[in-house]
Amino acid sequence: MQKTKVKKMLFILSKATIENVYAAFIMANGARMEGIESEIFFTFFGLEAIQKKKLEHLRVATVGNPAMHIPTMLGGLPGMEALATKMMKKEMEKLDMPPVSEFLEILADSGCKLWACKLALEMFHLKEEDLIDDLDGILTVGDFYNRADQENTHLLFI
Amino acid sequence: MEKTYLQSIIQINEEGYLTDFTQWTKEIGIEIAKEQGIEMTDKHWEVIDYIHDKYKKEEPLSIRGIKKSGVINIKEFYQLFPGGPLKKATLIAGIPKPKSCI
Repeated sequence: MQKTKVKKMLFILSKATIENVYAAFIMANGARMEGIESEIFFTFFGLEAIQKKKLEHLRVATVGNPAMHIPTMLGGLPGMEALATKMMKKEMEKLDMPPVSEFLEILADSGCKLWACKLALEMFHLKEEDLIDDLDGILTVGDFYNRADQENTHLLFI
Repeated sequence: MEKTYLQSIIQINEEGYLTDFTQWTKEIGIEIAKEQGIEMTDKHWEVIDYIHDKYKKEEPLSIRGIKKSGVINIKEFYQLFPGGPLKKATLIAGIPKPKSCI
């Protein structure tokens, strides 16, 4: 079997919309499944994905998202986001994609490291106890870069 | 492609996966595992049995399925088959590499 050249994938998740969160999770999990190390650094709105109270309430953006193929005015109507989110979650369930909390468990058990951004935590006045128990720690940007300090490591901003 | 395991000629693809499951035997599984640096234990075989069962039922394999299997948890799964557990386990089990992204 061919040896893979990528050794480590580091993801920076800065957004809280479902499609971005799942993109990061699927890529990070996929890396582990291929024998590649992976880590996710949750910053800014990405922190919503690891807040106990918020992680099951992430949504699809229906405004400012041309791929929704509905007029922006309609996308802004009350209930539109919830409806689109419900539909997307149904499709994901069909493909056996786990919900956010279960996905985080899978990632943690698979050895994917989960980090919260110190500056963003302070900005949103969040404490460690607001975050999931599987979190590996709180890092500064410098700490995170140090984790990338080896050959065949890639950083991806989502 | 062909490869000889224990004096029998086995059909494999370019990644080393068996292309004909009927050629698979436990002894061949042990040989493939050795090539991957894996020493098979009872726990490994329990996982392989589970994978064979899913394969026979034509149910797709996924890491979520492993979590729900009741056979093994994800942490142990990664410990038993280091460096891509589903990839390695299916290789040893003599079935095709899973195509799923999750």
